[in-house]
Amino acid sequence: MNRPIRTGIAGTLESNDCQVTVEPSHDDTVTIRLESVVKARFGHQIEKAIRDTCDQMQLTGATVSVNDKGALDFTIKARVETAVKRSL
Amino acid sequence: MKYTPMEPYQYKESYSPKSFPEFKSARQNHAVQRVQSLDELFAKIQLQDGMTISFHHHLRNGDAVMNLMLDEIIRRGIKDLTVAASSVFPVHTSLAKAIEANFVTQVVTAYMSGAVADAVSEGKCLYPCVMQTHGGRALSIESKKLKIDVAFIAAPAMDHQGNLSGRQGRAACGSLGYAIADAYYADTVVAITDTVEPLNHIDIPYICVDAMLTVDSIGDPAGIVSGTTRITKDPVGLAIAKKTVELMDAAGFIRDGLSFQTGAGGISLAVAASLHQKLKEKKVVGSFASGGITGTLVDMFEQGLFEKLYDVQCFDLSAVASIEKNKNHIAISASQYGNPYNPDNIVDRLDVVILGASEIDLDFNVNVTTGFDHRILGGSGGHADTAYGSKFAIIVSKLVSSRISVVVDRVTTITTPGDTVDALVTDYGIAIHPRHSELLEQLKKTTRLPMVSMKELLDIANQLCGTPQLIHPKEKVVALMEYRDLSLLDVIHQCDDSL
Repeated sequence: MNRPIRTGIAGTLESNDCQVTVEPSHDDTVTIRLESVVKARFGHQIEKAIRDTCDQMQLTGATVSVNDKGALDFTIKARVETAVKRSL
Repeated sequence: MKYTPMEPYQYKESYSPKSFPEFKSARQNHAVQRVQSLDELFAKIQLQDGMTISFHHHLRNGDAVMNLMLDEIIRRGIKDLTVAASSVFPVHTSLAKAIEANFVTQVVTAYMSGAVADAVSEGKCLYPCVMQTHGGRALSIESKKLKIDVAFIAAPAMDHQGNLSGRQGRAACGSLGYAIADAYYADTVVAITDTVEPLNHIDIPYICVDAMLTVDSIGDPAGIVSGTTRITKDPVGLAIAKKTVELMDAAGFIRDGLSFQTGAGGISLAVAASLHQKLKEKKVVGSFASGGITGTLVDMFEQGLFEKLYDVQCFDLSAVASIEKNKNHIAISASQYGNPYNPDNIVDRLDVVILGASEIDLDFNVNVTTGFDHRILGGSGGHADTAYGSKFAIIVSKLVSSRISVVVDRVTTITTPGDTVDALVTDYGIAIHPRHSELLEQLKKTTRLPMVSMKELLDIANQLCGTPQLIHPKEKVVALMEYRDLSLLDVIHQCDDSL
């Protein structure tokens, strides 16, 4: 499993992008915090994209905060992956 | 009795001309009364509970006059007013206050954004608001269906006799087109200015005006016109603009006599810039451009690419400068612009109009009034008027921005019926309304334009974004969509503000 040792950030707050922050946490779970301009319409799909990426990267003991400005799934996945790598 | 559209909307091929008599031109020995203070003004106009007052929006987000009057109305405790404003902007916070405390119980307008739009969307206005079009507003006033008791006209300059001009003064805004119907048909007309001097040109004659009040400032010039209007730098937007002009050319519109209108949005302006190149290349001269006039159109006109500009509203300083100096840059009223029963209305003479959309559906209905969450974000303005009048109404938009697709199954609110919309140009292809099947075949055969169906665009968008969850509004109806012929096109429900 991959456990963050520092804060990793990726992405921007421009339209169509998102900013992802991965931080170490004290337990063995991954907590996702999502803020999104399209949460009412696509909240579940965005959370799934984040969760899937974290699982694929075998992330544990982390808080993943995503501030989404309407990014598409491939952008979200790429930003999460980069932020996770930067936190390890 | 509040203002309300009654007849349901039905598409009409044409409207037979009607005339709407006004009495003011025949006024004799008329003198405009100068008042020195708000107290003296309100003593004269005798504003009563339940009356209808009106404002124009040429000072746009710099307007100080509506707030000044509504603050005074709140102070005096006058209740249950209807505000008929040609448009409402974020600066109009006093109107939002007046709505929340029932001093104002209905708004009739062609566009609203900011605090007032939020108050209405959240169900805080006692009676349903009526969302009009610019041409429909003129028709409703001239036909006396919308009876204005007192019109407050912000005038950038006034002479001592009481004639009004939009072209002088520190808050100069050019054309006063949206205030003309109010001036001729309201029972009482109050002109408010910060500049009294001899006029070079009269936009509204003194015979319309009953009282004049001088104040320190009618508005902040910085909010009235933008110094420059800017064309999008986004390569995707520019590519859409280029394809749009190619479509106009392939459909046979780029020829001498072309009449054209475009909005001031980034992509719409880019279409004008692309058209500029194309007209030069083909050595073609258009007959006129109309609408809200921008510097981009003024440039084309001054280089001889259009013979005339018909201007109901100047969008920037270069349009204001041009209307003052160019004889063929002609100020028109909202009725001459878009009243369907006005035999000379400009929109009926348009070949092509370029318009935006926040949503467009499989039937080509367009929404520019609400967001997907049913919250009011704007309104028709001249959208529905020009789409009806023009031979070819083209919607330009990116297919997806910020995960929201412009193409949807069914628009949240109908601003402009699909009966009057002809094409959609996006970065994923061009859709043509099925009524133009011959044109579509011709375009497929003779051009390399990327023709797609609306359904194909919807499928692409759903693949990119995922299928959106539907957002249900509350039950209460907060606004009525009034079509330009004063029929009822759609309704807007209260938005769910827990989202």
